[in-house]
Amino acid sequence: MAVDFKELEKRIREKLGADVLDWTDFRGQACLLVKREAIVRTLLALREDAEGRFDMFTDLTCLDTLRAPDELIPKSGERFVVVYHLTGTESKARIRVKACVPEEPPEIDTATGVYLGANWAEREVFDMFGVVFKGHPDLRRILMPEAYEGHPLRKDYPLKGRGERDNFPKYTEIPEA
Amino acid sequence: MSETANQGAPLAQGDKSGSGGFITTKIEELVNWGRRNALWPMPFGTACCAIEMMATLSSRYDLSRFGAEVIRFSPRQSDLMIVSGRISIKMMPVLIEIYNQMPEPKWCISMGACASSGGVFDTYTLVQGVDQFIPVDVYIPGCPPRPESLIDAVMLIRDKIKRGERQNRLYDRTKHPLDFQPVNLVSDAASGAPTLTGTRHSLPNKDATE
Ligand code: SF4
Repeated sequence: MAVDFKELEKRIREKLGADVLDWTDFRGQACLLVKREAIVRTLLALREDAEGRFDMFTDLTCLDTLRAPDELIPKSGERFVVVYHLTGTESKARIRVKACVPEEPPEIDTATGVYLGANWAEREVFDMFGVVFKGHPDLRRILMPEAYEGHPLRKDYPLKGRGERDNFPKYTEIPEA
Repeated sequence: MSETANQGAPLAQGDKSGSGGFITTKIEELVNWGRRNALWPMPFGTACCAIEMMATLSSRYDLSRFGAEVIRFSPRQSDLMIVSGRISIKMMPVLIEIYNQMPEPKWCISMGACASSGGVFDTYTLVQGVDQFIPVDVYIPGCPPRPESLIDAVMLIRDKIKRGERQNRLYDRTKHPLDFQPVNLVSDAASGAPTLTGTRHSLPNKDATE
């Protein structure tokens, strides 16, 4: 049973009102842009939607628009765009939800209250982009070592790092007596 | 018959009479003969090179022809570490820990471009050559090296054992590898490193590619 995205858009817009900033439908791929403050409300509305039932948190990623082509930069001027991918396991429908996060402070509410599976995904985005998920139960680095400084997927982070990989206790030979 | 099995040198075809003979040797040479014919590798396969290592160990290339087929996933029972694959800075302490757990004498093969030099991954997260942290006996070039190259490396290790060569194994263990603390480079303004919180317009464009 395919989801009628036109109807879905109507229902979601009705529920969230001005929180929905944009809704695009490109080749059957629905994508909505919402206000940062409304992200939890939006995810909840999509999960509870009678037809779509977006009950699976597929993925979470982030986009750093620093020096990006103009068409990628949000009109409101924020630097980061956090992208949520949702799937309805019954309706087989997929949807993307975007929210813009400014550079200072790079904060957005956690989705772990709505989807438990968001836990590690949010840790990864925090690790790589430094976006802080407010209310996350355990926001630690997940890929890089705990002591690592910086967020390597930010576009102003040098590809070779800042020398972290060389700052290791090294194997040093002791000359034989 | 039971005596002949321990003599340590192959008999010529015609000499296998079934009666005992004897040879003379030095105890060290006898031990090295045993070591080189029964290497127990510790596979440290972290990436694509490990697939070639598996091919080397399995029937087509059959590393057991050279006595090195008993793959041990316990470092306590192995004496040849094969580092095959990319090692990230988060993985390196684990590798050092495992290497330190292997009993002496031990040898190490650095297999492939990544383990030997970082390969094409000159990035923030990858160790640029495991020999910065553990002693390496044989490097294998290639991405990935063919199984023949790995067999060649094992043969070189065997030669090395035969010659009784030993690397200087006395390395500084006072620093525990898991104490890894990268220097706080971000707050080190004096180093001239770019700061994390540049704005879209405040950074010069040349930084974008670096
Ligand atoms: S050297 Fe090549 S094959 Fe080996 S781990 Fe690196 S990328 Fe993979």
